Amino acid sequence: MKMKRLADAGQWILERFPLAKVWEEHMTNYYAPKNFNFWYFFGSLALLMLLNQIVTGILLTMNYKPDAHLAFDSVEYIMRDVHWGWLVRYMHSTGASAFFIVIYLHMFRGLMYGSFKQPRELVWIFGMLLFVCLMAEAFMGYLLPWGQMSYWGAQVIISLFSAIPVIGDDLSLWIRGDYVVSDATLNRFFAFHVIAVPLVLILLVFMHLVALHEVGSNNPDGVEIKKYKNEKGVPLDGIPFHPYYTVKDIFGVAVFLLFFATVIFYMPEMNGYFLEHANFIPADPMKTPEHIAPVWYFTPFYAILRAIPDKFAGVVGMGGAIVVLFLLPWLDRNPVRSIRYRSGFYKKALLLFVISFIALGYLGTQPATPTLTVFARIFTAIYFAFFLLMPLYTRWEKTKPVPTRVSPHHEIEDDLPALLEEITIIKPSQSEIGDPAFRGAFYNRRPNPEGIIKVLSRFGKKIVESLD
Amino acid sequence: MKTYTAVFLLFLAFCFSANASEKALLQTANIDPSNRVSLLRGAKHFVTYCLGCHSVKYMRYLRIALDTGTDEKTVLTEIAPEGAGIYDPLHTAMNKRDAEKWFGVQPPDLSLIARSRGADWLYSYLTSYYTDAQRPFGVNNLIYPQTAMPNPFWQLQGEQVAKTRKTIWGKHLELELTTPGKLSEQEFSRLTNDLVNFLVYVGEPEQQERKALGRYVLFFLLIFAVIAYLLKREYWKDIH
Repeated sequence: MKMKRLADAGQWILERFPLAKVWEEHMTNYYAPKNFNFWYFFGSLALLMLLNQIVTGILLTMNYKPDAHLAFDSVEYIMRDVHWGWLVRYMHSTGASAFFIVIYLHMFRGLMYGSFKQPRELVWIFGMLLFVCLMAEAFMGYLLPWGQMSYWGAQVIISLFSAIPVIGDDLSLWIRGDYVVSDATLNRFFAFHVIAVPLVLILLVFMHLVALHEVGSNNPDGVEIKKYKNEKGVPLDGIPFHPYYTVKDIFGVAVFLLFFATVIFYMPEMNGYFLEHANFIPADPMKTPEHIAPVWYFTPFYAILRAIPDKFAGVVGMGGAIVVLFLLPWLDRNPVRSIRYRSGFYKKALLLFVISFIALGYLGTQPATPTLTVFARIFTAIYFAFFLLMPLYTRWEKTKPVPTRVSPHHEIEDDLPALLEEITIIKPSQSEIGDPAFRGAFYNRRPNPEGIIKVLSRFGKKIVESLD
Repeated sequence: MKTYTAVFLLFLAFCFSANASEKALLQTANIDPSNRVSLLRGAKHFVTYCLGCHSVKYMRYLRIALDTGTDEKTVLTEIAPEGAGIYDPLHTAMNKRDAEKWFGVQPPDLSLIARSRGADWLYSYLTSYYTDAQRPFGVNNLIYPQTAMPNPFWQLQGEQVAKTRKTIWGKHLELELTTPGKLSEQEFSRLTNDLVNFLVYVGEPEQQERKALGRYVLFFLLIFAVIAYLLKREYWKDIH
């Protein structure tokens, strides 16, 4: 009797709200290519990080005080006196960095497999808008602990707006609400960080997903799976997102959380990269730190800013570094999506771009000495050359033939037994214990130096080959 | 490709050389924040030598008692200054006006000094005072030149003199003990280590709890990952 009542109530809702329809459309009847690899975990992980930041963020606001006199103390109060406050705060601070790691890898995935190309331009644009919002969110959140780096980082970044001709000074004054970063700035950044930007983020995530589900997911082969369908209209290379990718993503989440928890519990400062050392000193408007560096996820763009001698040109360069990413779908003229079937030239260009991005990230954390500035300029030039020369070198690229169907399903773990066989040799047990447990093949395995060298050289050769 | 490699190596060389000059000077602090006896000794030294000028305002005497498993009364009689209550934070008796009159600046609160400076810096700083007649208190510091802080351990450590030495890396200052203090070098090193250990502990009092809890969380996640993997394999076995 009770079960029937429950079913009736469920029916009552379903007649009025399309819960089952939405679930079917976006989960059980949404067909994703079956050949997703490791790189396809980062979308769902980004969603997990957004959830983590929202939940821990709400808990933090319950004890945080957005007041220039109380902010620093209230953060320490959370760290010391609030039950589990330290855990919540570390989850939030580590979560911010983890969010950016996940997003950078997610974007790189798109770059590798051409996920931004026709017909997924809008997915990419919404993603880029998300990235810009995330940067705004992180920047404003970083002011809230009101440490020295929070304060002076905000001071430097807001003063960049004053480089804009004519309206610059008034604009930066308007942003700060004061002539220097002050209580007024802290309060408005708190408002933006806690409600305004998160609302935009959630809306954009929704639009990102709606646009994606309209055109369908790309895949490591860059093949359109909708071209080949069976008689029911189901793509031959597609599998329902739920349950196949939900269970797979749960595994991805578990592995990610292992890394995430290791950082939270054993290295929450990450050697000054996730929580900067100077931010443990309360903000002091009278004392400028010797070396102001933003958190690591902004440093590539910060290095570009510093590499350009003129302040306004630097600001334009920094903004341009993000604007070119928006234009990517129209800069890349090659119809081949996946890097697997593109020319060696493009692969090398992408590798060079990755190296310059990481190098710029490192340079942004260092003081700008003359030598390092020269390197920053070289890497800035490479960064922009990769994008701005793209219309030229992608047009005459010699690509490889693209298959019509995705490559057969293959898991790395299927290779593991053969690999183990290759890098080890079975030696008879030296032990005098006669127990069969000690004579098992597993215990008698010894590493085989020749096999290891063979595997490594094959791996090296494969990497070099894959660049052609 | 070779040119790229060469440029890249050159880049790395510059990166490291930029760092090397700063960190070479620091000595390594030998600390263990899980050593409760060392923490209690450090707390005692802090109250004796530092609390006169520096506060640790985010720390209460009660927290020290709880974290080190010490009786509240013992903490009050053995460690806390006279008149302090168990719920009091480690406030200094010196007020801002006097401090500015005597030292030029108010001595900073030391709750988070270990997190902003690091244990090695603190240890090196505390042991690197030398005689310098040009400074108002007659001492200067190798790690933090022109420091406004007098040497709190001049009686214990003795007097050090800075001597310039020429090596192949160029000129640099080296300290030499001229007048021995009340403590031997070993005893003094233990005192400073205990003190630094205490400062590291007050920077993040829950750090032992954090590390202890981490084991269980990682163990759980490992089991979870294995189960999630088996579940995925079960679902995916018919996908080819």
